[in-house]
Amino acid sequence: MAEVTLRKLNKYFDTTHVVKDVDLTIRDKEFMVFVGPSGCGKTTTLRMIAGLEAVSSGEIRIEDTVVNEVPPMDRDIAMVFQNYALYPHMSVASNMAFGLKMRKFEKTEIAERIKRAAAILGIEALLQRKPRQLSGGQRQRVALGRAIVRDPKVFLFDEPLSNLDAKLRVQMRVELKKLHERLAVTSIYVTHDQVEAMTLGDRVVVMKDGVVQQVGEPLELYNRPANRFVAGFIGSPAMNFADVTLAESNGRAVAEAPGLRIELPGELAARAKSRAGCKATLGIRPEDIHVAGPSDAAEHCFDSSVEVVEQLGSEILLDTRVGSALFVASIDPTVRVRAHDKLRLALKPGRLHLFDAESEAAI
Amino acid sequence: MIEGALWRRWVFYNIPLILFVIVLLFPFYWMIITSFRPDGELYKPWNSPLYQPFWTNKPTLEHFVYLFEETDFGQWMINTMFIALMSTAISLFCGVLAGYALARLTFPWAGSLGTLIFITYLVPQTLLFIPLAEIIRDFRLGDSPWSLILTYPTFLIPFCTWLMMGYFKAIPKELEECARIDGASRWKAMLFIIVPVALPGILSAGIIAFTLSWNEFIYALVFLSSPEEKTVAVGVTSELIRGDVFFWGSLMAGALLGSVPVAVVYSFFVEHYVSGLTGSVKG
Repeated sequence: MAEVTLRKLNKYFDTTHVVKDVDLTIRDKEFMVFVGPSGCGKTTTLRMIAGLEAVSSGEIRIEDTVVNEVPPMDRDIAMVFQNYALYPHMSVASNMAFGLKMRKFEKTEIAERIKRAAAILGIEALLQRKPRQLSGGQRQRVALGRAIVRDPKVFLFDEPLSNLDAKLRVQMRVELKKLHERLAVTSIYVTHDQVEAMTLGDRVVVMKDGVVQQVGEPLELYNRPANRFVAGFIGSPAMNFADVTLAESNGRAVAEAPGLRIELPGELAARAKSRAGCKATLGIRPEDIHVAGPSDAAEHCFDSSVEVVEQLGSEILLDTRVGSALFVASIDPTVRVRAHDKLRLALKPGRLHLFDAESEAAI
Repeated sequence: MIEGALWRRWVFYNIPLILFVIVLLFPFYWMIITSFRPDGELYKPWNSPLYQPFWTNKPTLEHFVYLFEETDFGQWMINTMFIALMSTAISLFCGVLAGYALARLTFPWAGSLGTLIFITYLVPQTLLFIPLAEIIRDFRLGDSPWSLILTYPTFLIPFCTWLMMGYFKAIPKELEECARIDGASRWKAMLFIIVPVALPGILSAGIIAFTLSWNEFIYALVFLSSPEEKTVAVGVTSELIRGDVFFWGSLMAGALLGSVPVAVVYSFFVEHYVSGLTGSVKG
C-alpha cells in the first residue's frame, strides 16, 4: 500500500529554479505519468522521489514516511533508466540478483524470484548472457526484470522506451501496461511522448517550466485541457489555435478572426459573453474538423485553402490556411482533395476550446 | 588501408611502416647482439678487417655469468620488483579513490583540487629530488627501499588520479545510481559496480605506474647508495661503468634482463591495456 505524496516540492540547481511548488498525490497502485517538453522538471522530480537529487524545499512521503533525508537504498523503490543501466560485467541473472544480494536475501529465494520474473518477461533463455549480447528490446526487459524481482513499493520509470525503435516501443508499451495490471504496484513514469502518457497513465501530470499545468485522467486532459499549453501538448496532431476577438451579436456569442466567424455553443457562449470585446485564443482539434456537408450549420463552417495534403491511409491530414491562421484538419480518407483546392470545412461546435489571450487559461 | 595502386600502398604505407619499425626496434636489437658478443669482438676497432657490427659468429653467455656472479644483479631485480609493486599498489589505491571522488562526488573546490593535483605532476623530478632528499634524510629512510616506495607515489598518484578520473567520468552515472537504488551504499556501488567496470582503466594505470617506477632513475640514484640496495637501472649503470671503462657486454645483458618484466607485463595485459586507454565501456 504505497502512496507517494509531494508537498510544495522545489528544486534549485544553483540559482535555476527547475521544480516549482509541486503538490501531488500518487495513489496506491496508480500508474502516474509525468509528461512535458525537455527541461520541464519531470525527470528532476522523479529523481528527487528516487533520492538521487536532494530536495531544496518541500516534502516527499512514501506511505506515511517523509523520505527527504532517506538514502535511495532505503526507500524501497526500483527504477528503470532510459539507457537501461545494466551492469555490463554481470550476466542477466546476476544483474537481476544484485538488488536482492544487497538486501541479503536467501540464495534459494533469489533464484526463485529471478525465475518468476524471467518467466513474466519471457527472458528465461537469456539469463546467462551478458548485457552486450542482448538487443535493445531484450535489454529493456532485463532492466524491467531487475526492477520487478525486488518487489518494491514504487516503480520509477525514466523514459524507458525512448531508446527503442518505433515498432518495439509500441510493443513494449503494451507489455508495460499488462505488467502494471498484473503487478499492481504504484508506478511513476516520465516521458516526453504524449502518446505514451495517454495510453499508459491512469492519470497524467503535464509539466512545463517546473510547474504542474494539469493533473487528470488522459481523456480529461484531452477533452478539458486547463490551459493552452496542455491543449497543444496533448493530442496528435496538435490542436489548432486561432487568435480571435469575442463578440456578441443578436444575443449570440461569436468568435471572430479574419476569414473566420464561429458561433460559440451553449455553455461556452455563456462564459464568452461576459468577455465580449476581449481577445482570446480559439482551439479546435484536427479530428474535430471535417469537410462541410448539408447537415452542418453555416455558423460552424468556414472557407479554407489547402496547402499540403498528407495521405496517411486511415485519414488525410490537410494543412489549410484559414484567414491568417493555419489549421490542420484530419478528414475522411475517401475525400478527394489536392493541394491549392478551396475547401469548405466545418467543425464540431461542442468540441471548441477557448483560452484567455493573456493568462492562456481555459475560459 | 591506403586504397589505389600498388605503388601508393608501398610509398605511403609499407615503406614508412618498415622504416618506423626499424628505428623503433634497432636499439633492442643492438642490446641483444651486444650482450651475446664476446669481448674480443666488442672492443675491435671499427676499421679492422672482418669487422661485423650487426652479427656475431661466436655467441657467448659470459656477460650474463659475469652479471650474476660478480655483481648483485639478482638482488637488484628483487629490489626493483618489490619497489615497483609496492609503489604501484599504493598509487593505484590512492589514485582510484581520488579519481572516483573527483569524477563523481560534488564538493567545494573539486575542480581546482583536480587541477592542483595535475600541477604537482608537472613539477619535474629533477627539481623535486632536492627537497625530497632532505625529507628522506630527516625521516632516516635513506638507503632503504622505502625511500623509493614512498617517493614514487609523488608522481604516480597524480598520474593515476588523472587517468582514473577520466575513466570514471566515461562510465554512465546511471549504473551507479541504479546500484544505489538497488540497495547498495555509495561505497558498495563503487566496489561492486564501478571498480569492476573500470578494471581495464585500473589495469592501464597499474601497468604504466609499474613501468614508470621500474624505469625510474634519478630518485633511485640519489636515495640509494649501498650496492645491495640498488635497483636495476642504477645498479647496472653504477657498477658496470667504472671510471671511463664501460663493460658493454654486461651492461647490455643487464639492460636486456631488466626489460623482461616490463615486456611480460605489457604483453600479458595488452588486450585490457588497449581497451583501457581507449576508454571503451561496453553497455
